[in-house]
Amino acid sequence: MPKVKVDGVELEVPAGATVLQACELAGKEIPRFCYHERLSIAGNCRMCLVEVKPGPPKPQASCALPAAEGQEIRTDSEMVKKAREGVMEFLLINHPLDCPICDQGGECDLQDQSVAYGKGSSRFEENKRAVTEKYMGPIVKTVMTRCIQCTRCVRFAEEVAGVPEIGAIYRGENMQITTYLEHAAKSELSGNVVDLCPVGALTSKPYAFEARPWELKKTHAIDVMDAVGTNIRLDSRGRQVLRAVPRINDDVNEEWASDKTRHNVDGLVRKRLDKPYVRKDGKLVPATWNEAFAAIAAVQHGGSVAALAGDLLDCETMFAGKALVEKLGGSLLEGRQTGLAYDVSSLSAVNFNTTLNGLETADVILLVGTNLRWEAPLVNTRIRKAIKKGAKVFALGPQVDLTYKVEWLGNDASLLAKLPEAVVEAFGKAARPAMIVGGGVLAKDGAHGDTLALVETLGLIKDGWNGYNVLHFAAARMGGLMLGYATQGGIKAVAAAKPKLLFSLGADEVDYSAFEDSFKVYVGHHGDKGAHAADVILPGASYAEKAGTYVNLEGRVQRGEKAVFAPGDAREDWSILRALSEVLGATLPFDSFDALRTEMAKAVPALGVEGLADYGWSSPKLPTGATGEFGSPIKDFYLTNAICRASPTMQQCSAELIHGETFAEAAE
Amino acid sequence: MSLGYYVKSFTLWEFVKAHWLTLKYFFKPKATINYPYEKNPISPRFRGEHALRRYPNGEERCIACKLCEAICPAQAITIEAQPRDDGSRRTTRYDIDMTKCIYCGFCQEACPVDAIVEGPNFEFATETREELIYDKAKLLENGDKWERAIAANLAADAPYR
Repeated sequence: MPKVKVDGVELEVPAGATVLQACELAGKEIPRFCYHERLSIAGNCRMCLVEVKPGPPKPQASCALPAAEGQEIRTDSEMVKKAREGVMEFLLINHPLDCPICDQGGECDLQDQSVAYGKGSSRFEENKRAVTEKYMGPIVKTVMTRCIQCTRCVRFAEEVAGVPEIGAIYRGENMQITTYLEHAAKSELSGNVVDLCPVGALTSKPYAFEARPWELKKTHAIDVMDAVGTNIRLDSRGRQVLRAVPRINDDVNEEWASDKTRHNVDGLVRKRLDKPYVRKDGKLVPATWNEAFAAIAAVQHGGSVAALAGDLLDCETMFAGKALVEKLGGSLLEGRQTGLAYDVSSLSAVNFNTTLNGLETADVILLVGTNLRWEAPLVNTRIRKAIKKGAKVFALGPQVDLTYKVEWLGNDASLLAKLPEAVVEAFGKAARPAMIVGGGVLAKDGAHGDTLALVETLGLIKDGWNGYNVLHFAAARMGGLMLGYATQGGIKAVAAAKPKLLFSLGADEVDYSAFEDSFKVYVGHHGDKGAHAADVILPGASYAEKAGTYVNLEGRVQRGEKAVFAPGDAREDWSILRALSEVLGATLPFDSFDALRTEMAKAVPALGVEGLADYGWSSPKLPTGATGEFGSPIKDFYLTNAICRASPTMQQCSAELIHGETFAEAAE
Repeated sequence: MSLGYYVKSFTLWEFVKAHWLTLKYFFKPKATINYPYEKNPISPRFRGEHALRRYPNGEERCIACKLCEAICPAQAITIEAQPRDDGSRRTTRYDIDMTKCIYCGFCQEACPVDAIVEGPNFEFATETREELIYDKAKLLENGDKWERAIAANLAADAPYR
């Protein structure tokens, strides 16, 4: 713990801290462009110069200089001020003064810091450098003339995303950042370079010229594109969400978000259901709320009622749906739309017990039947971090490129019963072993039991460590399971019970042909599969249009707020169900959202507190002996739900990055 | 009561004085002008009706930076932008609510490309309020109509900036 003096104030800094971090601890702002907390240190922008004694009599780059005992650091001296002005003048030599047409304008590090630390004028009279635009895929727009060569994007692609496809060519003034052969950077995390870029060289293509940061209303929300529960900020203007950016939460998403999280928002204004529909003579025709409710009230269900929950639902909607079904005398609830029927008698056996943060510290990891890059890209970044700390990764299942070194054991479920000696040995020696069980396993009979049996054999549970992880990829899954949206036998059992009245709460992945005889009421926001099959459509709100509680894959209860109003006649889901309940003569006992939350917390106390829910640990005895190959539950990363399917950006990503169609030429 | 008071009263002195004043102004040059056939000279800095200007090659100047929208104290300006087909940044909507506008001139001060200007025209009264909500087409038309006067004004004011 070295003691240093920053501007005359003595303080103790953690061992291994840099001078820049020491200054931050002392509350001094150090301007920087290339330094980023979550990336390696490059030290090439020179903006963070400070005066350090003892040392050479010149300003030093604080980001790359370790803090040492007895250092005297000055951040406010004349020398530092002059050094910063000089560096800023150099940086602006080749930076175009096109802030008015730059999308970064208003949230630009270079803009802010040139105001704060620059000189206000330049002595450079020669011509500025110009660089041709580079193609970086459908999400990142480049204006490379603005690049100041901080190499944050290069380091991000290599270190965090694991796709070393962005790099620098040439040298000196001619240095250019480009992608390998100018192909799109094929990563689910490529959108993050837009946030990382301190200038406007890399900006968001779908958001190009849409809005200025100062005219946006910022709302804290939770992402529903996968089960990680990425903390996001929805930036909206008027009634439209214009972009989603990640918030910093070290326990969940650190500072990243997947491309799907960022760019699904243009799907929120397309293919929306904005008025109720009722099916008449086989055709859905627009109706009023009263007509739609009357059509539902006319159904003679006799207590045969079921509810299917979609993947994007908040807990409040599911709770209201459950309350309605129970009040009508039904009990069939299911959220696992694609027919999964795994055992849920113990929630801990279907939970990500290691937690996302814990996974970073694992030393041996076994992946079973999962394509992490598609099922949860942000979990994949955690494994990359673990590998950097020395972890070893084995994987069982269909072989995919996970961006790091994996020892593939083969795609055969029977291997679970007889793991190779090397794996068992590695786990035997491990202090913090972890296993991640993906969607492919849950879909296979007996495989869930096989993996649970391995908990004992591989010693996954140690003091203060639980290495058994099930990876869900639906945002509503853990919340749904906590609320009891799981019927023994899965959705097949629900279909077999032939419910007379079926509430489909945004369930768009269900095969509705099994529910031919049911009267289907769809409460949801997009005109997708669920709406097409419905007999009555009640237009609801998407995740951006309602406040809600979400539980992520590790059982973390998080709350999001409402960014905009739902379009047209659409209403928040809980209020639809509340109004409907009155017409059906089964009035639900809550009149406000707060009352609903209170009720929900009464029924499931864990949902009333934000933070990790404690499921304890118990391992149910399940049938074992799975054989055959694991499948992949996600067919197309970019089109996994109704919002994505309505989003032109996601469509384009899918076409270009997965199906290999090229738009590069067309753009030129 | 002095003697002078009675003399002034009997000779209707105040009437005489008033008529003299009237007679004096009767032969003086007139201060009023024959509006609308005659107009007062106005300053090159006069802030009248708004206009969106074009470059001499016909390209519209506005680049949708939204600085005018940001600075407008009356929030009279509404802008929406989108990439144009050639990829350049342009407005798809540029509305000024002239009933909200307070003619402070901040918009033209904020404009980095001299696109939005307040021209010399002050005769744009309308019969309905709706006509005073200007859209982009109207503003560009104003620009085309007043370009020579606006350019001359800008040139006249340039040395003092």
